[in-house]
Amino acid sequence: MSPLLEVRDMRRSFGAIQAVDGVSFAVRQGEILGIVGPNGSGKTTLFNCILGQIRPHSGEVRLDGVAVSGLSPARLSRLGIGRTFQMLQVFGGMNVRDNLIVAAQEHTGSLASRLFSPPDAGFGARAEEMLDFFKLRHLADQPAGDCSFGQQKLLDIAMALMAGPRLVLLDEPAGGVNPATLSELHDMLGRLNREKGASFVVIEHNMDFVMSLCDRILVLVEGRVLAEGAPGEIQKNPAVIEAYLGN
Amino acid sequence: MRGRLILLLLVAALVLLPLGLKNYGIYLLSLWAISTVAALGLNLTLGYAGQVSLAQAAFVGIGAYVSALLTTNGVDFWVALPLAGLLCFVVGLLLGFPALRVQHHYLAFVTLGFNVLVFLVLRNEEWLTGGSYGVSDIPRPAVFGFATDRPLAFYYLTLGFLAAAGLALWLLVRSPWGRAFTALRENPMRAASLGIDIRTYTLLAFAIGSALGGLAGAFYAPLVEFIDPTPFHPAASLALLLMVAVGGSGYFFAPFLGAALVILLPEWLRFSEGLYLMLYALLVMVLMAYCPSGLCGLWVRFQARMRARGAGLAEGGRP
Repeated sequence: MSPLLEVRDMRRSFGAIQAVDGVSFAVRQGEILGIVGPNGSGKTTLFNCILGQIRPHSGEVRLDGVAVSGLSPARLSRLGIGRTFQMLQVFGGMNVRDNLIVAAQEHTGSLASRLFSPPDAGFGARAEEMLDFFKLRHLADQPAGDCSFGQQKLLDIAMALMAGPRLVLLDEPAGGVNPATLSELHDMLGRLNREKGASFVVIEHNMDFVMSLCDRILVLVEGRVLAEGAPGEIQKNPAVIEAYLGN
Repeated sequence: MRGRLILLLLVAALVLLPLGLKNYGIYLLSLWAISTVAALGLNLTLGYAGQVSLAQAAFVGIGAYVSALLTTNGVDFWVALPLAGLLCFVVGLLLGFPALRVQHHYLAFVTLGFNVLVFLVLRNEEWLTGGSYGVSDIPRPAVFGFATDRPLAFYYLTLGFLAAAGLALWLLVRSPWGRAFTALRENPMRAASLGIDIRTYTLLAFAIGSALGGLAGAFYAPLVEFIDPTPFHPAASLALLLMVAVGGSGYFFAPFLGAALVILLPEWLRFSEGLYLMLYALLVMVLMAYCPSGLCGLWVRFQARMRARGAGLAEGGRP
């Protein structure tokens, strides 16, 4: 059986800098893969190459064994890959509920059907479910831009999950989140994985968060895979320790 | 509830107001209704979908000439009207396809260039448009057999047109399409990552906005009964942009207020004789500097302040 996501020999440079230099990895159905590495090691560029945000110079992406390289971000989203960005990306002027509905409405029906469909595009119930799961119910009618940073972060992730994607790529979900919200977020992602079989790829600098959440860790250094394995092995790997602490 | 009551009172005022006005006043109100539709189109393109277009007057012009040329050649107005809208929708798509590769001021320049082009065609292609002499004796349409030749009857026709266009747009911005337009204005990259096809929706917003311009133009021709290229000069696109900006870009009611201010305020300032355009310019400058989100933004700000004051009093705070 082919893996859910397979990335082969991805390469992308900016001028003389080889940002992503021949990265290959796979994600199995139901797995949480963590990607760690020092700043500038190419983690976000790797995400952007996989998701069509920037064009890789070479490399191949397969989803369920089907080549999806070169497709637009919108197409990839509709094929079932959700994502969040390093910086918060909610629609600040829209209320929280509309943020959730807009995140799913393009995933079903035709363009013409969406003109005449009810305003909630058939995702009203799903949005309510998400509001409850992410504890955002009391903010449903507030403009998203008026919510706190932590609440916007939860909304951002809820939006990526709205359409029921097969795989979600999260870029630093823990960044800037206070400890209480962080442990809540940790539990939520774990629950989604156990109860709904959701698969994640998580870029994260918070080691406690990523090591306890993920099944497997990929370490990137200078655009290359330095090590790959279970969290326990990675934490003991001398090459990884050296890359992080220097010698 | 209070909002609905205000809306009802305003509609009643618009119906009753012209009864006490002379022909010129009724003409101005009709012009307001038609300009509001053109500005509603631009507000969709600019305010909701975030595309800066400086070609709205060109679409009004295309619509006006389609309506004028067809109705003076015996075609019924109610056939010419949808054709004007449809042609502008198609031209909007054709212009948008290459033009919407660029954004912001670059798009403004591309659309401005298009407006100049349309203006030159209207002025120079005499065989079709009559050139500077224009098209005259444009007939006014009949509604279910009732002639609208008298100013008051035609005013009520334009008011009905405005109501229909306003309702259609109200439904559109509340549909999933409207939500997609807003999403791509606020953050196109995030919108794409959620499956929203940026190109399709941008083109649609632009084409629908252009079509509304064309429909407004189709009503403009019988209002003035004689058209030449002058009212479709790029400067008119700036006036339409001003209506949207002064009203408050992205607010649904902005074009109604903005068009009223741009068309009626200069008339009210006429008492100041030669100074009235200067006064008008100063007022617009002060408003835009003090409140860039326009009259609607001013109203929202005022409401927020009243609410904050109300909350303060309820908590037993300082009066």
